[in-house]
Amino acid sequence: MSDHDHRAIRAEALEALLAERGLLTADAVDRVIETYNERVGPMNGARVVARAWTDPAFRSRLLADGSAAIREFAFPDVQTDKLVVVENTDRVHNVVVCTLCSCYPWAVLGLPPRWYKDPAYRSRVVREPRRVLAEFGVSLEADVEVRVWDSSAEVRYLVLPQRPDGTAGLDEQALAARVTRDAMIGVARL
Amino acid sequence: MSEPLQGALAPPMVNGEAVFEAPWQGRVLGMAHALAAAGVFEWDEFRDCLIEALAQWDREGEGAFEYYDHFQRALETLLSRRGLVPADALGARASALASRPHGHDHNHDHDHPPADRDSPVR
Repeated sequence: MSDHDHRAIRAEALEALLAERGLLTADAVDRVIETYNERVGPMNGARVVARAWTDPAFRSRLLADGSAAIREFAFPDVQTDKLVVVENTDRVHNVVVCTLCSCYPWAVLGLPPRWYKDPAYRSRVVREPRRVLAEFGVSLEADVEVRVWDSSAEVRYLVLPQRPDGTAGLDEQALAARVTRDAMIGVARL
Repeated sequence: MSEPLQGALAPPMVNGEAVFEAPWQGRVLGMAHALAAAGVFEWDEFRDCLIEALAQWDREGEGAFEYYDHFQRALETLLSRRGLVPADALGARASALASRPHGHDHNHDHDHPPADRDSPVR
């Protein structure tokens, strides 16, 4: 038996004993793993967004030159590709896709979700963005312009979501916790 | 969820995503966080056990560093110390599982996230 098999069995035994003792459920463990992938990865992007919400000068720099502005964070994996940050407003809603493959601003968002690579998302969000957004739960008023940004190997896009109401008293860290990966792709609002 | 582990205590990540070489590594990471979230132990208690396990490897370790080996040991140590899962009970259960015939019908579904939860676009 390999060392991995041995450890896998110990992990399985531990989980079974914890479940029998009523200390843990398999669902709770699943949720943690999902959270790690969906929250810890996109956390870099969330910090960028939160700073843009609280620091108008940073926001200007970010919108003018995303790649240069995120260097201020010293993220460990800062990519050299061009990062363009597009801002949602009352009048404009931005959504990001990569129609050719799955180009994605991974330095700030981690790895793309599965649906981002799905051929249906990649083609339909360009053809019928309002409908796709509605399926994600984002119903846009008729007077809101939808802009779809097609990523490439050279240019990656990050959506700067609108700051949610009722967050006036929150500091940068608390605000970052409110920012979701989907909002930074543009398929959710906060 | 408890604070993600940072710096030397952080699990292996690539492009911001936790990297598991095998499903059991995800299970032990998930167990530790879920138990802390459920109040079974304080996250800092687990952190201290992990620091201890890593420090021991720093002093005595040989060969390749395997993060999740230490993570698993730290979790087992803490649960045993607290009397929640005694080491002998864990050893006995692991032996029983190891003696299952090959191709047993154990359900592995829990190693995989639900297939459709990320795919609302259809």
